[in-house]
Amino acid sequence: MVRPLCEFGSGPVHSSRRRDLRKGFWPPMTIADQVTGSTIAGTAKPVDSASVDSKPAGARPRARAPAITLPAIGERELRLDLFRGLALWLIFIDHLPPSLLTWFTIRNYGFSDATEIFIFISGYTAAFVYGRAMLESGVVIATARILRRVWQIYVAHVFLFTIFLAEISYVATSFENPLYTEEMGIMDFLKQPDVTIVQALLLRFRPVNMDVLPLYIVLMLALPLILWSMKWRPDVTLGLSVVLYAVTWEYDLYLSAYPNGFWAFNPFAWQLLFVFGAWCALGGARRMSRILASPVTMWIAIAYLVAAFYVTLTWYVPQLSQFMPKRIEQWMYPIDKTDLDVLRFTHFLALAALTVRFLPRDWPGLKSRWLRPLILCGQHSLEIFCLGVFLAFAGHFILAEVSGGAAMHALISLSGVLIMWGVAWVISWYKRVADKSGAKTKNAVGNADLAGGG
Amino acid sequence: MKAKVLLSLILLCGSLAAPVARAGDAAAPAAPAACELPSYLLTSESQLPKVADAIKAGKPLEILVIGSRSTTIPSSEGSSYPARMEAILKEKLPASEVVHVSVEIQSKKTAEETASIFVKLMEAKTPTLVIWQTGTVDAIRSIDPDEFRSAVTDGVVALQKAGADVVLMNLQYSPRTETMISAPPYLDNMRVVAQEHDIPLFDRFAIMRQWNEQGQFDLFSPSRGPELAKQVHDCLGRALAQFVIDAAHLEPAQQQN
Repeated sequence: MVRPLCEFGSGPVHSSRRRDLRKGFWPPMTIADQVTGSTIAGTAKPVDSASVDSKPAGARPRARAPAITLPAIGERELRLDLFRGLALWLIFIDHLPPSLLTWFTIRNYGFSDATEIFIFISGYTAAFVYGRAMLESGVVIATARILRRVWQIYVAHVFLFTIFLAEISYVATSFENPLYTEEMGIMDFLKQPDVTIVQALLLRFRPVNMDVLPLYIVLMLALPLILWSMKWRPDVTLGLSVVLYAVTWEYDLYLSAYPNGFWAFNPFAWQLLFVFGAWCALGGARRMSRILASPVTMWIAIAYLVAAFYVTLTWYVPQLSQFMPKRIEQWMYPIDKTDLDVLRFTHFLALAALTVRFLPRDWPGLKSRWLRPLILCGQHSLEIFCLGVFLAFAGHFILAEVSGGAAMHALISLSGVLIMWGVAWVISWYKRVADKSGAKTKNAVGNADLAGGG
Repeated sequence: MKAKVLLSLILLCGSLAAPVARAGDAAAPAAPAACELPSYLLTSESQLPKVADAIKAGKPLEILVIGSRSTTIPSSEGSSYPARMEAILKEKLPASEVVHVSVEIQSKKTAEETASIFVKLMEAKTPTLVIWQTGTVDAIRSIDPDEFRSAVTDGVVALQKAGADVVLMNLQYSPRTETMISAPPYLDNMRVVAQEHDIPLFDRFAIMRQWNEQGQFDLFSPSRGPELAKQVHDCLGRALAQFVIDAAHLEPAQQQN
């Protein structure tokens, strides 16, 4: 009853799954997927933004440093905020039970999804902000600020875990349908709080939907090293990152999780996207601008996206899969999300290349009132991300305890998005007020957190 | 713009395919309306040759259900789905056919732990058909999906080696715990194993979700009494019986109705 809306699409999905399950792990439907919303057309805009404003950072030493002026209001790279905001909304929608809205998420149209966008933009903004800090104030100061940020993310993660505990404990005591005695085994971990809570604090025990922040924490911890190395040789750093990625695939590096298994997002693989984002921010994108502007790149990207879309279509319309050569299928599947499959990475690159090409940095629409809510959310990504996870828990709870139904579902999705917007507005109001009463000069530095945010 | 086009494409495909899926909405003849299911959930391309042979030869049909706590209803064993399936099979198969269903509960055991006893188990009982219901415990403990897949594979191979037909049955649909238990990787992997070994998969998850969505059952209900569980198990038993009959390709003549 909860998901009448999705009935529409559910026919084909079922039938397709039956047949095509060989491909099993389509873009894995695991936790990971739920975690990441996705933006429809939008992936990484950011790439070329770099071309404009990030020259100075790592590669160019101090002489140029002033070129990275403090982010005065109109100067912010709004495309980053826009797409990060969109990713956040879609993450929220993806965390709710499937409905018609779920079809708006990008993972239904290709290999990559919002995780890629999120991690890339995070790498980009983090490098942009803290890279500048490293140039202006030195390695120690920049590292200290990064560590403070890591601490904030860690606290946010623990906060979410607490909410999860509250929800699961409530369900455990109030829900005794004999049909589901077995599923209630999920509560067993409550019997060993001494172990599980400690494991959660160590980031090894992560309940469903709570995988992104730990990944982000690990990546941010590595950021001082990445930036320091980028300052020295950006290209070599990127090369090392690729090597680590390759080694991860070759020798199967991973971080283990509790009670078993491993991290749903392998940091050794996903660092590639993060470092690539940082590399773009620190001048890489500018150097790539010739390639990005070339029509050849454009057509390759388009061809790849179309092919990926077709492959995705075969997951939902199994009749099409007979046109898929078996050899290609064998080579292609499974498309591994945990280790950031190359197909996903390239899909993201293709999307990014097209976005950068067709959505210019100075597109007037970026200033429009209609996109304002998205941009506002994207500017406070850590807070809004956590809020989205919480709202999804709450929405689920309401659907379960009060009533399901399409109307309720729509109402919950809509109010969730409105709440995210409202809170983002309040946060920025706080910052404005704080700026007014505090030292204006510090403002620029303070903003770093905001931009480097989650 | 592009997104819009894509979206409408997808929706178009959805609306084209939906009627197909619904086309054969014929449930078991005498089943209560609440049990109704679209036929694609009750059929399989894979077959059960040994079951078919046994019935043709008039041999007794020994079925072993290997399951977990969700195989039963606490304190009303007689209403659990294996018992209901047995009753329905007896109704539908010729009166001369002896049908016997036994149940092996492996409470709180993962697929790997359960599969480790298969050799012994199959020596003790020699069923024609094994219905192996698994996945829930693995999902609760978030066992590595790859390990889960190889455990299911090993189990299926062991059962087949012992000379039985195998039906895999996946998790229950449990909307309350959806945010806490991630079922999809386990559902997907079971489907892969079923396909690789050409054995029927009884999609309990999709079936129960269908009932919930169509409003036949309110699976969100917090009710503490056994009534809902009994009704759901009755329908599951009927669906399972229908599924077995269909996968064994039993001719109408061999069915009583």
